[in-house]
Amino acid sequence: MIDSQTRAELEEIAARYPQKRSGLLPMLHLVQSVEGQITPAGIETCAEILDISAAEVSGVATFYTMYKRRPVGDYHVGVCTNTLCAIMGGDLIFERLKDHLDVGNDETTDDGKVTLEHVECNAACDYAPVVMVNWEFMDNQTPESAAQLVDDLRAGKEVTSTRGPRIVTWREAERVLAGFPDDLADDGPAAGPASLVGLQIARQNGWTAPGVSTGSTTGQREDDQ
Amino acid sequence: MTDVLTPVLTDNWDADRAWTLSSYESRGGYAALRTALTMSPDDVIAAVKDSGLRGRGGAGFPTGMKWSFIPQDNPNPKYLVVNADESEPGTCKDIPLMMASPHTLVEGVIISSFAIRANKAFIYVRGEVLHVVRRLQRAVQEAYLAGHLGSNIHGSGYDLDLVVHAGAGAYICGEETALLDSLEGRRGQPRLRPPFPAVAGLYASPTVINNVESIASVPSIIANGADWFSSMGTEKSKGYGIFSLSGHVNKPGQYEAPLGITLRQLIDLAGGMRNGHQLKFWTPGGSSTPLLNSEHLDVPLDFEAVGEAGSMLGTRALQIFDETTCVVRAVLRWTEFYKHESCGKCTPCREGTWWLTQTLARLEKGQGSEEDLELLLDQCDNILGRAFCALGDGATSPITSSIKYFRADYLAHLEQGGCPFDPMASTVFAVEGASA
Ligand SMILES: Cc1cc2nc3c(=O)[nH]c(=O)nc-3n(C[C@H](O)[C@H](O)[C@H](O)COP(=O)(O)O)c2cc1C
Ligand code: SF4
Ligand code: FES
Repeated sequence: MIDSQTRAELEEIAARYPQKRSGLLPMLHLVQSVEGQITPAGIETCAEILDISAAEVSGVATFYTMYKRRPVGDYHVGVCTNTLCAIMGGDLIFERLKDHLDVGNDETTDDGKVTLEHVECNAACDYAPVVMVNWEFMDNQTPESAAQLVDDLRAGKEVTSTRGPRIVTWREAERVLAGFPDDLADDGPAAGPASLVGLQIARQNGWTAPGVSTGSTTGQREDDQ
Repeated sequence: MTDVLTPVLTDNWDADRAWTLSSYESRGGYAALRTALTMSPDDVIAAVKDSGLRGRGGAGFPTGMKWSFIPQDNPNPKYLVVNADESEPGTCKDIPLMMASPHTLVEGVIISSFAIRANKAFIYVRGEVLHVVRRLQRAVQEAYLAGHLGSNIHGSGYDLDLVVHAGAGAYICGEETALLDSLEGRRGQPRLRPPFPAVAGLYASPTVINNVESIASVPSIIANGADWFSSMGTEKSKGYGIFSLSGHVNKPGQYEAPLGITLRQLIDLAGGMRNGHQLKFWTPGGSSTPLLNSEHLDVPLDFEAVGEAGSMLGTRALQIFDETTCVVRAVLRWTEFYKHESCGKCTPCREGTWWLTQTLARLEKGQGSEEDLELLLDQCDNILGRAFCALGDGATSPITSSIKYFRADYLAHLEQGGCPFDPMASTVFAVEGASA
């Protein structure tokens, strides 16, 4: 059952767009945040709001890997096993976590806490090997650090992303993706260490774009100031 | 002479709370927007055209020219859509940009939308980057409150609304027409072209789709002029770009430099290959660009020279592998990725990537025979140029290039009846002399 508040929020998402069907992807994120997965009731409600068939909604929900048709644990742990991360150690991390948690790919631990999945390149290759927890970066992992990470998550300890805030639950994360911000945007650093290596070398050498003062946003020229 | 590294987009990433409006504005942010609003939209397009900026999302199409294709006499609304789907394996520049300085992108969106006369813009960001989504949401909210977005922006009479839209996990949605279908709430499958998005894009209306880095470069062009931008780079590849180094170098990360820098220079800046190891192979622009090897260390990394070397500049995603890495394992993994991400619309890609995976998996186990290499090349031949979109073409790149440069690696698998490489040796936590 989709309650009336959720229904109102689903309608609010659809109204952000010139044509309401554009809201479907964020709407499905919201369904996951309240239902813990994509459910028949969620599909029906989206279909009603958008005036399309449930089959059309299902067709969309099954196309995208972030939508889950089985319950997801409080923490979705995604190990990048695309080539770069795999070779830098991601394959060994994934093997270790399967063993450590006693689950296979896309399975959830008995306590309902952790769902393990191998994921594709998450645009963090300079921090390889990378693990994502509820789509937050956990950079530069080893098999040991990853095992500790999932132990901490299962024990209910607070875990902080290496480039972000404390990790929220999977359902809370899905709500943000639906376009309902939480209040964590200001947490965490602007950039992790690897993002800054080139900039630091430029600073040490006094290198800049032509005529530009160091540290400006749009290459503001010195002579303009 | 231009400096070796030229931070522009990355220049405020080390600032205190760089993602906030106050930090961004204290360093000159949104001044370019005020300048642009005093110009005519056509003059903004002309400036971007004259700068020589070419799309930073992979294909390198001239940005100003793309904008000028928008038919202004078309009565439908015009749209700007930012492609923030960044999922090409190896590519990791747009995500840190939006995390550290989302206002650079937002300012670029406003100026670019003004130029093409769009009153509605979208940032389509891949869903798997929660904190980046938060930073974008916050930046857009701050920009509205400051009057940079909304109606009658700074008294100019120009209105713009901007929506941050999170995707849901599908590499193909980075392909611009698949992205449009996805943004319309459908399965992300590429559309037949023509009509091109400039004529019939989002909701069959004129639409510009640009990469994050392309749009983020626009404020600097307006602030400093087209000549300033084109004073960097090479003859046909102007300006600066973010080069992303990953893999077996001592300091992987983001390096912003004029186009035309070489891998040798970049590896040098990155503290060299990891100690005691040598370069074996690399991708110049993500996994869809053919592999290169140590013969190509001095190729200028611009659109033309990398093309002449038999590959593509792509997204400047330099994935660097040393001699501990098995090429066959790497290529099989990329091929599995393409098989997984194939949208299923056309037969050469849907079936072809399946067959490629079968053949490669057999070879990796040391089964099959040398003839399987010819079979692989034949399979690639049946996909390249016959697939509906560039995903299918890209799937063949690692295979054909690896057979060209590393046939011996394939043969070694057959001779040994399996992989001759120790997977532990290539990891970051490998200890000297360790084995798996
Ligand atoms: C399979 C595939 C994936 C792509 N992924 C992206 C992407 O994530 N981001 C991007 O900007 N361009 C991507 N592109 C390229 C886009 O189709 C398009 O060329 C680009 O967004 C245009 O912007 P630009 O001219 O500013 O580079 C992809 C293309 C293909 C074929
Ligand atoms: S080439 Fe692949 S991804 Fe592109 S349309 Fe065909 S099946 Fe889909
Ligand atoms: S390959 Fe793992 S983040 Fe890119």
